[in-house]
Amino acid sequence: MLNSFFVPFIASVSGSGGGSMGSGLQFDLELVDWVILSIYLVFVIGIGFALKRQSKTAEDFLLSGRSIPGWITGLAFISANLGAQELIGMAASGSEYGIMTSHFYWVGAIPAMVFLGIFMMPMYYGSKAKSVPEYLKMRYDERTRVFNSVSFAFMTIFSSGISMHALADLLTTLVGWNYYGWLVVTSVIVLAYVLKGGLSSAIYNEVLQFFMIVFGIAPLSYLALKNVGGWDGLVAKLQASPLGDGAIHSWAQTATGDNPMGVPWYGIIFGLGFVLSFGYWTTNFAEVQRALAANSMGAARRTPIVGAIPKMLFPAIVILPGMIAYALTLEGASTGYAIPAKLDANGVAMLDSAGRAIMNYNQVLPSMILHYFPNGLLGLALTALMASFMSGMAANVTAFNTVWTYDLYSQMTGGKKTDRQLLSMAKIATIGGIILAMGCALIAAKYNNIMAILQLVFGFVNAPLFATFLMGMFTKRSNNAGAFWGLLIGTGTAVVFHGLSWVTGNEPGVKGAWIAPVFEYPKDLSQSFMVAIVAFSVTFIINAGLSFTSGRNKTDEELAGLVYSLTPKQLSGHEIWIMRPAVLGTIVMIAVIILNIIFW
Amino acid sequence: MDLRLPIGIIFTLYGFILIGYGLFTKGSEIYTRSLGINVNIIWGIVLLIFGLVMYYFAKRGKNV
Repeated sequence: MLNSFFVPFIASVSGSGGGSMGSGLQFDLELVDWVILSIYLVFVIGIGFALKRQSKTAEDFLLSGRSIPGWITGLAFISANLGAQELIGMAASGSEYGIMTSHFYWVGAIPAMVFLGIFMMPMYYGSKAKSVPEYLKMRYDERTRVFNSVSFAFMTIFSSGISMHALADLLTTLVGWNYYGWLVVTSVIVLAYVLKGGLSSAIYNEVLQFFMIVFGIAPLSYLALKNVGGWDGLVAKLQASPLGDGAIHSWAQTATGDNPMGVPWYGIIFGLGFVLSFGYWTTNFAEVQRALAANSMGAARRTPIVGAIPKMLFPAIVILPGMIAYALTLEGASTGYAIPAKLDANGVAMLDSAGRAIMNYNQVLPSMILHYFPNGLLGLALTALMASFMSGMAANVTAFNTVWTYDLYSQMTGGKKTDRQLLSMAKIATIGGIILAMGCALIAAKYNNIMAILQLVFGFVNAPLFATFLMGMFTKRSNNAGAFWGLLIGTGTAVVFHGLSWVTGNEPGVKGAWIAPVFEYPKDLSQSFMVAIVAFSVTFIINAGLSFTSGRNKTDEELAGLVYSLTPKQLSGHEIWIMRPAVLGTIVMIAVIILNIIFW
Repeated sequence: MDLRLPIGIIFTLYGFILIGYGLFTKGSEIYTRSLGINVNIIWGIVLLIFGLVMYYFAKRGKNV
């Protein structure tokens, strides 16, 4: 399997974090590539400075004063999620799971985004809550808000840390220089444009970053597909590979867990499609915040639905290159491309029991870019990678500083704050959040698959939160005790269940079974899905149980605008029919069902 | 700020840079990577068109 062409591709995108100078995965950049990258950096910071007038008050800095057009918040909504997990992780998953990776989009994203826009946004936007925790305070009470604020702050810093680590490690591998140097430089750039222009700057830049990512990565699919002999050539090669039919069907192999993902259809639908997906997209404030910045109720409701349209098509530019990389690697030396191997401590390629090199999936995307892109396009792709990490990082930073300032600082210190106090605290939180995230970057270095650990963290935090929101937004009966104890015990259950479950072949430790190895799963993903399902169910049962055995805390009048049945239906008479959230959402859902059928 | 303006400008710039570099390196061995296709010229044209369309709409009016 190893051939002379393979050996130079040795590096570690998700390695120790100590850098990997002199690796073969180095981009040989020319002046033109540096010019392209520099222009992007000038524009990103320039947009921050151009928007500095819009960050004079805490309200503007943290909330954009609810002034942004819907198409911008829609693209920012999707770009905010285009962080570490998206490009590198989805190309990696494309290699590992084949077309089943599309479930992260067509099952694990679109339905939740449409649901958020049509059914939940009227309460989120209409209640005038500044944040997701503040909505919880309005619907329930202070302790639920504090619990959610703290866990969200933790999760956000952690996610930012993962983004920062991945970017610094990637840049060290691709461009050289120094891991810590990149960590500091990229953080300072994000810090500069967020500090200068606040949330507006983050959102406007996310839209620029969205286009950078699409235009920087898209040519890869074209060139790689041409090289592999078109779609038919790819299918033939994958069918002959160890993944077999599982790599080219999203559903056909899911009657049992015997498929590349190791998850049966009900795990995909309930674990990924319902609990994890709805938990992430509908309650993660880093996402919801984009919609809250929209300039009208209609624009806010359309935000996730507009975002769903490009999201639906992303598999073509991220999963497809991953699948092709796997097919080319398996075909052998004649293709001239192979996914880089994982290395042991001595820099020697690790082999599996069959004597094949173990593939380092996280290097799929960068190695494919290096394989196909000449200088010029190479600079554009490098810029796209940088843009993707920055958008994810900035989204987390802007969500963190808002929750910290409004939900934690103001509450903990009691009493009214002047706008000047809030604004200076928001800026301190922006700087402090980035410094904390840099610490987490070093922790993130321990995990071998960025996607799996993100799913794991979402499983701890988002699944119980989603159960709480489902009860809070759609039943009047759900009460304060049910919400708080459900959330607390549900999250605790997730942690304990993680400690009892493990993945075949893993050592007990950070990846599970640190209490005892009781429940065994075939893959990281099946374990993550199960943790999320258990956490959701426990939260839901406790919330419902306590709410229906004890009385309500709030009257119908107090819950007006916070619960679906007590919220006036949105009249959208001035919009053309196709722009109505329900119509647009239905069209998106039909399109996504068609995609699932095509790639069945 | 109309966001279409900076987006229009940056992609117009990128379009010119890629087309210029593509013409300058025409026939160069760097294109063996991209299967012999001068992708810089092709993709430069795509970016230029996108940039100019964004720029045009930014200049034309405020109907977003």
